[in-house]
Amino acid sequence: MPDKVRFHFDVDGSDFSSAGAASVQVKKKLRQLAYPPEIIRKVSIAMYEGEINMVIHANGGVVDVEASDEEIVIVLSDRGPGIPDVDLAMQAGYSTAKDNIRNLGFGAGMGFPNMKKYTDYMRIDTEVGKGTTVTMKVKL
Amino acid sequence: MMKGYKHSVSLDIEKCKGCTACLKRCPTEAIRIRDGHAVINSVRCIDCGECIKVCPYKAKKATHDPLSVLEEYKYKVALPAPSLYGQFDNLDNIGYVIRGLKDLGFDDVFEVACAAELVSAYTRSYITRENIKKPVISSACPAITRIISMNYPYLCENIMPILPPVDIAAALAREKAKKEHPELSDEDIGIIFISPCPAKVSYVKNDFSGERNYISAVVSVRDIYFELLDKMKEREDEPLESTESGMIGIGWASTGGESAAILNDRYLAADGIENCIRVLDQIDNSDFTNLDFVELNACSGGCVGGAMTVANAYVARARLKSLKRYLPVSPNRPASEWIPDEYFNEKEIEYNPYGLLSSDRKTAMRMMSQIQAISKELPGLDCGSCGAPNCTAFAEDIVKNETGANECTVILKKIMQEHGIEQDKILSRYSQMIENVKKSKESGEDDSE
Repeated sequence: MPDKVRFHFDVDGSDFSSAGAASVQVKKKLRQLAYPPEIIRKVSIAMYEGEINMVIHANGGVVDVEASDEEIVIVLSDRGPGIPDVDLAMQAGYSTAKDNIRNLGFGAGMGFPNMKKYTDYMRIDTEVGKGTTVTMKVKL
Repeated sequence: MMKGYKHSVSLDIEKCKGCTACLKRCPTEAIRIRDGHAVINSVRCIDCGECIKVCPYKAKKATHDPLSVLEEYKYKVALPAPSLYGQFDNLDNIGYVIRGLKDLGFDDVFEVACAAELVSAYTRSYITRENIKKPVISSACPAITRIISMNYPYLCENIMPILPPVDIAAALAREKAKKEHPELSDEDIGIIFISPCPAKVSYVKNDFSGERNYISAVVSVRDIYFELLDKMKEREDEPLESTESGMIGIGWASTGGESAAILNDRYLAADGIENCIRVLDQIDNSDFTNLDFVELNACSGGCVGGAMTVANAYVARARLKSLKRYLPVSPNRPASEWIPDEYFNEKEIEYNPYGLLSSDRKTAMRMMSQIQAISKELPGLDCGSCGAPNCTAFAEDIVKNETGANECTVILKKIMQEHGIEQDKILSRYSQMIENVKKSKESGEDDSE
């Protein structure tokens, strides 16, 4: 019997209007798997923020979600510009989003802080010029 | 799960051809085609009426009370929805509609639009309260309330707890009838809502407003339309009744009207069930506390777009715009900002998730893995010929044992091609059939059909 279910999503970096679609999908799948609403909410908010980040900064990427009885692991990977100063990026309100993105209501600098807030574990692996992988875990 | 939920969308099996029009349109994937006709899953159906609107064979129907329900009551009060006023061409005064309703046999008319103005006033006061969850989501569209209760556990608390206008109209109408006619008993009084949509019918039939359901019956705008129109024409030159509602009340009939009535610009108004779902997804995931109010209407255009109306939604909206032009803004105002307790919905919106594979997570995970594996084998065309709205839904149905695995015609064809099983025979029979039909028309014979 499988003790894990995996989901994979491609996040299209060229279509801003579909940003956030993968987290809506995950929400539906987790609901089918009888996860409690509070867990689904944490996963979906953290993943939504991550997805938006990938579209704004990294021209898209991929999301892999692994759901088990103990935890839900979300891995967001992109081949974007990387993050030069992770500590700075983690600060609430810090944002490098351009004005056109801010005009859309994004880029308030709450992406990473929210991802951290809603998950039990978060790790950022990044290399400037190569890309970023964010791993998050929500424990049951 | 909600037990014994009474739906108001039903199917005429005789008329249903089993096409995929409704299958594709249903926002909650509640429809399957089985044995050649549509089947509605009542746990998932939100009564939005999309399938009624899209059915090319008029096989989907809204269930509501017949007009003959009037005969059951000694004293009958009509509760016309504001959208009713937008159904008539060249109408320049709502008084004709009210007069017409009385000529049809109603003893009194209580306009839902009047109650809508009270609800607007209460909403303005409610959104200034502290400790409420923002944005406040309108409670007026029952299809929206139902989808929130099924999909968005964290938004249930955002739904405005004040009863929608129709309930308040019913309560006030009943009170008025009893006051004016103390000799009448509760059973004598029929409070009859004239509704533009099936979702409202379900709302009433399932007592969503709890003990405070004062509505006796729900008839459709479509059913009453022609008889009402005749009555209105008969009395064209007679002295008129006049409307007691204003711009705000009538504005509720189309999208943006309810929002505009909160009299500040911190609102969002959307319509069309798919658009509403997208808005809800976004509110659910991000911060929208800068908004005070969210108005969502399952029907495009708002209530004027309901499946039980007659006129095109946008034509009706244009008519309403000119009808309300010279009306006062909001003649119906509550005595104070204090919202009476009886106007709060005593039933809380409960979270009732749908689509659960199994309440046991191990089983659910096993099923999910099977669904994923089967999906990979399916063509991904989402053609609907298997009877499910898309390939993933088909895989789910197979795993849940709700359908046979051999319904996919694309796979069947592929296997036939790969194995050459009687393929020539089948293909020649198929082309022969088409050829025969063609020939029958070439020679001019058999024009009977």
